[in-house]
Amino acid sequence: MALLAIKDLRARVEEKEILKGLSLTINPGEVHAIMGPNGAGKSTLSSVITGKPGYEITEGSVLFEGKDLAELAANERACEGIFLAFQYPVEIPGVNYTTFLKTAINAKRKYFGEEEIDAMEFLKLMKSKIKLLKIADDMMKRPVNVGFSGGEKKRADVLQMAMLDPKLMILDEMDSGLDIDALRIAADGVNTLRSPDKAILCITHYQRLLDYVVPDFVHVLAGGRIVKSGGKELALELEEKGYTEFENAAA
Amino acid sequence: MAATDTTVDTVREVTEQYKYGFVTDIESDMAPKGLSEDIVRFISAKKEEPEWMLEFRLRAYRHWLTLKEPDWAKVKYPPIDYQDTYYYAAPKKKDGPASLDEVDADLLETYKKLGIPIQEQEILAGVVAVDAVFDSVSVATTYKKKLASMGVIFGSISEAIKEHPELVKKYLGSVVPYSDNYFATLNCAVFTDGSFVFVPKGLRCPMELSTYFRINEKNTGQFERTLIVCEEGAYVSYLEGCTAPQRDENQLHAAVVELVALDDAEIKYSTVQNWYPGDKNGKGGIYNFVTKRALCKGKNSKVSWTQVETGSAVTWKYPSCILQGDNSSGEFYSVAITNNAQQADTGTKMIHLGKNTRSRIISKGIAAGKSDQTYRGLVRMQGKAEGARNFTQCDSLLVGDKCGAHTVPYIESRNPTAQVEHEATTSRISEEQLFYCMQRGLNEESAVALIVNGFCKEVLQTLPMEFAVEAQKLVGISLEGSVG
Repeated sequence: MALLAIKDLRARVEEKEILKGLSLTINPGEVHAIMGPNGAGKSTLSSVITGKPGYEITEGSVLFEGKDLAELAANERACEGIFLAFQYPVEIPGVNYTTFLKTAINAKRKYFGEEEIDAMEFLKLMKSKIKLLKIADDMMKRPVNVGFSGGEKKRADVLQMAMLDPKLMILDEMDSGLDIDALRIAADGVNTLRSPDKAILCITHYQRLLDYVVPDFVHVLAGGRIVKSGGKELALELEEKGYTEFENAAA
Repeated sequence: MAATDTTVDTVREVTEQYKYGFVTDIESDMAPKGLSEDIVRFISAKKEEPEWMLEFRLRAYRHWLTLKEPDWAKVKYPPIDYQDTYYYAAPKKKDGPASLDEVDADLLETYKKLGIPIQEQEILAGVVAVDAVFDSVSVATTYKKKLASMGVIFGSISEAIKEHPELVKKYLGSVVPYSDNYFATLNCAVFTDGSFVFVPKGLRCPMELSTYFRINEKNTGQFERTLIVCEEGAYVSYLEGCTAPQRDENQLHAAVVELVALDDAEIKYSTVQNWYPGDKNGKGGIYNFVTKRALCKGKNSKVSWTQVETGSAVTWKYPSCILQGDNSSGEFYSVAITNNAQQADTGTKMIHLGKNTRSRIISKGIAAGKSDQTYRGLVRMQGKAEGARNFTQCDSLLVGDKCGAHTVPYIESRNPTAQVEHEATTSRISEEQLFYCMQRGLNEESAVALIVNGFCKEVLQTLPMEFAVEAQKLVGISLEGSVG
């Protein structure tokens, strides 16, 4: 069974139709990249998959491991194993990062009817992931994303991803706001989490992220539809030629 | 460790939802309904008080008759019929329990439900001494002996009136005079019981003193009276926590708390207030009209109020400091949460009289549902308050779009060398924050609780450890049903 199966998806935000019949299938172990011009519906796609309020599916379906996502609340989708690395991770003043991580892990455990994580077990897990992702300890003592640099925010999001162990990792414009070193560090983090049972959906405007998180498939999203699919070489082609051709086609 | 675990378990159990809707069936020794000189005399006689105490009450009662109920607070409630309330209800006692074994089994059962582990006091021992108030009369005071051996007096104010009349006479009404305000004056006339704490010169009270309150009798106004005195160089930390059973009638609660700090003394007073807030429409909730005031009488004295206010249908409360001694300081840390139809008008007064006096006010208000709350604060620098300083920060957080938050700061400075700073913000829980938390698996209520706890952190961390745990949970519970 496909991990994620999107079929003829139409979705709108505030009466405006953004996705106009999008189909996409992602299997475990695969890395898919969605590329496209501004306003093509890239971020809408991630919002629809994750259940952000305000995004309405009007036609078609999104199945995750066979479950209809339209019937699950945002937090339930997260617990089922969908993780979104945000383009702009949100600040939560006064909430210690460690507390946040623990709360998230326990929320997922509760969803599956499991006991809360033991304090020692949690610390052990966090320490191992921090080490794996080369994150400074003191970041965990600070409030969530408050005063973090762009790179720190992305790295912290990757740490959450490592801790929550999702099946589908959606990276929304991971490269935005990052210099090349910060991008490499964040991407390295993502790569350490790749495994045959997990899939990645990488949403990006530029090709450069794909130098680090190398995709198996590249799709061009324009005018609310996937207008072309190919291998990783398609990304390079886009980098060279731009999106004009597709924009025209979509219009 | 045992005590901490017990506390944590207790807190978890009691805070999961408002479970206190049970009533203990203990035959009450009740005064007839209504208020008159006879009732005041009845209360005084019932408590076997000395003549001077009766005089104090009668003077207050007569003055009360001349007063008009205040209406300046931004709260609305139907008129209270003071003649339709009971002013005295005591659990029946045989000969006064000499030990816990003699305490009414039903009463012990109630404590158990409330989560006050009286029978596990030995375990909790070193941490907290509980002077449990059931309805209007203290029935069990624990750890008094140990404290007494150090010179600390900790017990009910009724006992203190009998056993330490000179101290009570000297300080009772010295901070909140009998003529202070409508509700305080009423309290002076009819107060039934409360706590008395006296810490002698130079002693740091080694344990946190704690009182659990509980309103039990149907329709009984609860009039607590608390007096805490710290002599020169003494220190005490006092915790007050409240729960109340579910009721259909409105219940009036008009407490008076007086704190006195002499030279170099320090008093830390922490409250977690969780009176029954009523149903979704506020029906049946407690009216909480409280007068709390501290007198920093001596030089270098310090008083710190921390309050977490989550309950009551209507709250009217301004814990204040009169900074009389030079270099004395006052602090007010407050979290006020209102949900559904709750109304709160709360804040503080910092009256700077002495030189170089300092005050700090951190107020965090969270309004949800269709609730309404007001921060009302007064900072006054008197003419002789050379070099006095105040810092005030008032932050309001709105959850949803049917609630209201108002900030009403009064600043009066009569001394050109005094400095007053005031900062205020109002914000909303953003959709982005909520979605971020939900994308990490938190349901909407947990997400709100987490965000709000972060917002209040600065205040919550001033609470003693055990209380902080309870308060954090309460924050979440208080906001249940506020979103979606």
